[in-house]
Amino acid sequence: MDAVFLARLQFASTTIFHFIFVPISIGLALTIAIMQTMYVVKGKEEYRSMAKFWGKLFLINFAVGVVTGILQEFQFGMNWSNYSRFVGDVFGAPLAIEALLAFFLESTFIGLWIFGWDRLSKKVHLVCIWLVSIGTIISAFWILLANSFMQRPVGFQIQNGRAEMNDFWALITNGQLLVEFPHTVLGAFATGAFLITGISAYKLLKRQDVQFFKKSFHIAIIIGLISSVGVALWGHQQAQYLIHTQPMKMAASEALWGKSGDPAGWTVFATIDPKKQENGMEIQIPYLLSFLSYSKFSGEVKGMLELQAEYEATYGPGNYIPPVRTTFWSFRIMVGAGSLMILLGLYGTFLAWRKKLEQPNKWFMRLMVLGISLPFIGNTFGWIMTEIGRQPWTVFGLMRTEDSISPSVGAGQILFSVIAFSTIYLILAIILVYLFSKVIRKGPYAPDDHHDEHSHDPFDQVVKEEKQHALT
Amino acid sequence: MHLLNDLWFVLVAVLFIGFFFLEGFDFGVGMSTKLLARTDGERRVLINSIGPFWDANEVWLITAGGAMFAAFPNWYATLFSGYYTPLVFLLLALIGRGVAFEFRGKVKHEKWKKTWDWVIFLGSLLPPLLLGVVFAGLIKGLPIDAQMEMKAGLFDMVNGYTLVGGLTVVMLCLVHGLMFTTLRTVGDLQVRARKLGQMLLIPLGLLLAAFGIMTYTMTDVFEVRGGILAAVGVVGLIAFLLSGYFMKVKKDGWAFGMTGAVIVLSVASVFIGLFPRVMISSIDQAFNLTIDNAASGAYSLKVMTIVALTLLPFVLGYQIWSYFVFHKRVHEKEHLEY
Repeated sequence: MDAVFLARLQFASTTIFHFIFVPISIGLALTIAIMQTMYVVKGKEEYRSMAKFWGKLFLINFAVGVVTGILQEFQFGMNWSNYSRFVGDVFGAPLAIEALLAFFLESTFIGLWIFGWDRLSKKVHLVCIWLVSIGTIISAFWILLANSFMQRPVGFQIQNGRAEMNDFWALITNGQLLVEFPHTVLGAFATGAFLITGISAYKLLKRQDVQFFKKSFHIAIIIGLISSVGVALWGHQQAQYLIHTQPMKMAASEALWGKSGDPAGWTVFATIDPKKQENGMEIQIPYLLSFLSYSKFSGEVKGMLELQAEYEATYGPGNYIPPVRTTFWSFRIMVGAGSLMILLGLYGTFLAWRKKLEQPNKWFMRLMVLGISLPFIGNTFGWIMTEIGRQPWTVFGLMRTEDSISPSVGAGQILFSVIAFSTIYLILAIILVYLFSKVIRKGPYAPDDHHDEHSHDPFDQVVKEEKQHALT
Repeated sequence: MHLLNDLWFVLVAVLFIGFFFLEGFDFGVGMSTKLLARTDGERRVLINSIGPFWDANEVWLITAGGAMFAAFPNWYATLFSGYYTPLVFLLLALIGRGVAFEFRGKVKHEKWKKTWDWVIFLGSLLPPLLLGVVFAGLIKGLPIDAQMEMKAGLFDMVNGYTLVGGLTVVMLCLVHGLMFTTLRTVGDLQVRARKLGQMLLIPLGLLLAAFGIMTYTMTDVFEVRGGILAAVGVVGLIAFLLSGYFMKVKKDGWAFGMTGAVIVLSVASVFIGLFPRVMISSIDQAFNLTIDNAASGAYSLKVMTIVALTLLPFVLGYQIWSYFVFHKRVHEKEHLEY
């Protein structure tokens, strides 16, 4: 195994693992902030219990998200030092701003929120959770700004043998960011929402704390539906953007070798042969690719072979076709998961609206429990498509992945760290699932676990001893 | 725009100083859970005393890393790839420690708690040790070649000098953490924290002296900045002695301030000794990384300066406010989150 492969493996595993928890944090923070707002506005204890109960899951999850995030920032320097040198002038700034603007906000106000229930006024305490929520969203903005630069580099010039920033505003208004940020953040809102609806459905099926989970389901399903629809809309925007900025990624995600023909049909299924550079069998929906690419029912889409020739002319000899099968299927899995989320969201909202959550449709509620997994599938495969589809580049058109790694780091070192971190990730994942199920099983009105039965009051201790003395 | 290179060197230094001052005491409190606390209740008091703060304190390190990346990409790239394996251990320790605070109280089981107690202890011990080793390496010099690549073997990174540096940082954090404990707890725990702090001043003083002498003989920082470092050293010595005095007369707030001052001056002197270099090459002076050849371009630095100077007052403001909100001492009897 060579260093490039291992460094990529580490990046992939860290990012995918980190991005299980990040969207939960973003989504739950928003939902909890909404619930707590309802508590402050309406004054009903029920909403406070909601914020507290979902807050427990949020905090367990947040801890894992934070600690895996440290590695996310450090690994650029550790595994990708050439990359860091070459684009650090542009790429470092958003990371530093993310820390300064978002991480401080999140970490300080989450401390205030956890420990502040009895020490802060209701309103100030509410502001704390909103600032945490805003912090998570700001954090997403800046890290996606950095990622957008990798997809479509803007606001820089090549000088002194590296990319140097020359237009900060261009980075902020990067077209890629303007489609990627809403798409990703709405996906995160949906992730939190579907987690809540799924858990609520599970409890409703068990007929435990029905009122509580009915209300939670109601609030979350609306958030879930709105964000899922938003994800799809901005996904469509992103596809239209992609066709201009990264046509190769688009062609690979369609397994389109030659020209598409006009109008272009959308391939639902294909047996792909990357060696022969052709597809065996294809099932197509006519017109749909034209619509996805241009929002109209005509228009041709360029194929990979044509683009390969173009790129060779521009960037020199090399293979510019990303792993086609992975890109093709990731796209389909993502779209499939997103579509199912919209369907579940629609029917769930309908049930909540008709007040039919009380006698739930059993099969539907079971589907909602399974539906917890959908946003994770969508998020993960969305990122796989985005990052694999950009290959062989780390920064599109500027720097190749194989040139980005750390020359001073050996494969053995990376292998050690891949094994070490993967083991830790696995352990953390198991513990997280265990703690989640424990919190869920106990429900919202169970007393806190970590109150020990025996008193720590030294006075009580003295009384006890005196009693014992009296006895003996 | 050379002024901005100086400014960013100072800002990175300030972020690390802030980190060691703040996270320093919560590392110390983390170590105290094994060294000071005798019962589960005491352990929980200690963990809860840093509960609202430790996460934000750790962000100082992340921000320092981010600022390094943005302002001195070559420094970030050389340091982080050069110290690869120590950083793996640092990250593992920080990961374990972070989740341990949250997980520990979630299951009422002896073994579960004991396991996380060890994670908290090691997770609080290893980071200051490793960072001390790294910072000592920075001023001693490392095998950095003409391509700015650091190809260090184990003994370039871990040797007598850097180990003394690491242990010094551990001891500084521990004493500082004990002083924090005297401020946030009551009764027996508070008294014992003060006593242990007083006792540990002797080994801390010896370590600081040893590290100072070794730095004088083994590095060039005194040749470069002898005058100012000597002045810092004298002020540091006064702060150190005063911390002992304040512990004795039980002025805990002052004692905490003084141990904090010792940390601030110690970390500052590392950066003073480095300046204007950021990493010293033991192969050839010409290969040193400096605030010029490691830095981002003038435009990038200007943007970052505006952003940082705008945001920093707010960050400091609300962080200080959070300490104000949780100024009350932690009692075993009250409701404890962790």
